[in-house]
Amino acid sequence: MAEFCNLRDAVSALVKDDIMIALEGFTHLIPTAAGQEIIRQRRRNLHLVRMTPDIVYDQMIGMGCAKRLTFSWGGNPGVGSLHRFREAIQSGFPNHLAIEEHSHADMAARYQAGASGLPFAILRGYVGSDLPLHNSNIRFIDCPFTGETLAATPALSPDVTIIHAQCADQRGNVLIHGIIGIQKEAALAARHVIVTVEKIVDSLNAPVNACILPHWVVDYVCEVPGGAHPSYAHGYYERDNAFCKRWDGISKDRELFLAWMERHILNTGDFAEFRASLEAENHLDLSA
Amino acid sequence: MSDQRYTASEMMTIVAARGVTNHTVCFVGIGIPSAAANLARLTHAPDVVLIYESGTIGAKPTVLPLSIGDGELAETADTVVSVPEIFRYWLQGGRVDVGFLGAAQVDKYGRLNTTIIGGSYEKPKVRLPGAGGAPEIATSAREVWLVLKHSKRTLVDQLSFVTSSGYLDRSDSRRARGRGRTTLVTDLCVMRSDPETNELVLSALHPHVTVEQVREHTGWKLRVSDELTISDPPTENELYVLRDLQERTLRAHDGEAVNE
Repeated sequence: MAEFCNLRDAVSALVKDDIMIALEGFTHLIPTAAGQEIIRQRRRNLHLVRMTPDIVYDQMIGMGCAKRLTFSWGGNPGVGSLHRFREAIQSGFPNHLAIEEHSHADMAARYQAGASGLPFAILRGYVGSDLPLHNSNIRFIDCPFTGETLAATPALSPDVTIIHAQCADQRGNVLIHGIIGIQKEAALAARHVIVTVEKIVDSLNAPVNACILPHWVVDYVCEVPGGAHPSYAHGYYERDNAFCKRWDGISKDRELFLAWMERHILNTGDFAEFRASLEAENHLDLSA
Repeated sequence: MSDQRYTASEMMTIVAARGVTNHTVCFVGIGIPSAAANLARLTHAPDVVLIYESGTIGAKPTVLPLSIGDGELAETADTVVSVPEIFRYWLQGGRVDVGFLGAAQVDKYGRLNTTIIGGSYEKPKVRLPGAGGAPEIATSAREVWLVLKHSKRTLVDQLSFVTSSGYLDRSDSRRARGRGRTTLVTDLCVMRSDPETNELVLSALHPHVTVEQVREHTGWKLRVSDELTISDPPTENELYVLRDLQERTLRAHDGEAVNE
């Protein structure tokens, strides 16, 4: 049954050191505020899972929250590389990061298997690819009916999944629309679910076939307006492309990155304060 | 290039766009593939169906997306489905005619690397974003079109890593189910795969480019088709529509250029 609370309390209740956690979103509705709260609470040794790790995972990796990353594409969409992610892999800073790498089709199938309570996923994948040589979780089986060789990978069942959505109603039913990505599967595959939303509303007013997570599969609903920034929330705000571009410069340099994180995240109490801190910096830049 | 009307990069996008026939279903990667596929849709192929891996089917963006999941794609699509559905029903279900991809490196069998450059997998010199959707696009689409800038660093004899192939083994004619011919378009030429050996063979030069130039910028021992042709230069209309699209895109993304 969904409980309403602030994001700090939800993260502190469910996100413990050493767990497997997925913060999902496929370039849309990225749960940035939740990832930054995990950084603020200084969680360690997390096994991070995400199809498309982007800026918020770069921040979590750079701040030493992660010991392991399972993913299929890591980048700053439309801009380029993730420098903290790269540096962790290339030179083990701030700590060694173990990686487990799959393809998108596979990660999606693994979440589906997790949501379905099945032990593994199958797909027609990885033909001729070197990835199975470096990932013992990618194996091959023969179809018992046709004999065709297919890839098999273990189901994904995170301890906690966090997603961001447009709105929830008073009971905690959650509506997601636009590019819905992998959010429903990632939520249903997990033992516990936190959802941050733009707004809590009286009624979702959604068509019957809309993508809705019923309140009884969600543990906590937290209202965090703008919580997907610099990603976007369809119907609420657009992506902040200028920030995505700026992140490239901030994250390129270790010291600059650490100073930025300290100033805007560690030294702020919550996401609203973080946004205000960014805003203040923008004003300074403009008046300089 | 002696013809100053257009750049080599524009020629590459335009030649790639010409390969898109009307009514085909294209699974489109971000960057130049997306620019080419949309140029085709805005010129000779108005009924081409563009699918992006974020789940947008029949997207008709008025500006080029900066990322694979831009709201513009969702708003202009016939339907938006989940990520598992796009890969299962639409891609692996065999509904895609052409996979349109870029990469950091390609080898002469049209295999792609988007994982690492140099060093070992465990300790790479440069870590790249990774596979994304490409391994299964390369396996499941009936044809694969690759677009990348021509150089010895991108067209290599030996890939640092084979991320996506679609072939069971190099030069093995046993292909994955569905995988047909490969076409590589660069800023110098077009190469098509030999159906027997899967090897990419130089089949058309862009205007004013010589075989020697292509050879010089290619990392493997180049094979040249007996029926080598020269591609037509861009038409006024192709150039106008492409530039108009790029100009609109630039304005829409707060002056941020679309990644190439």
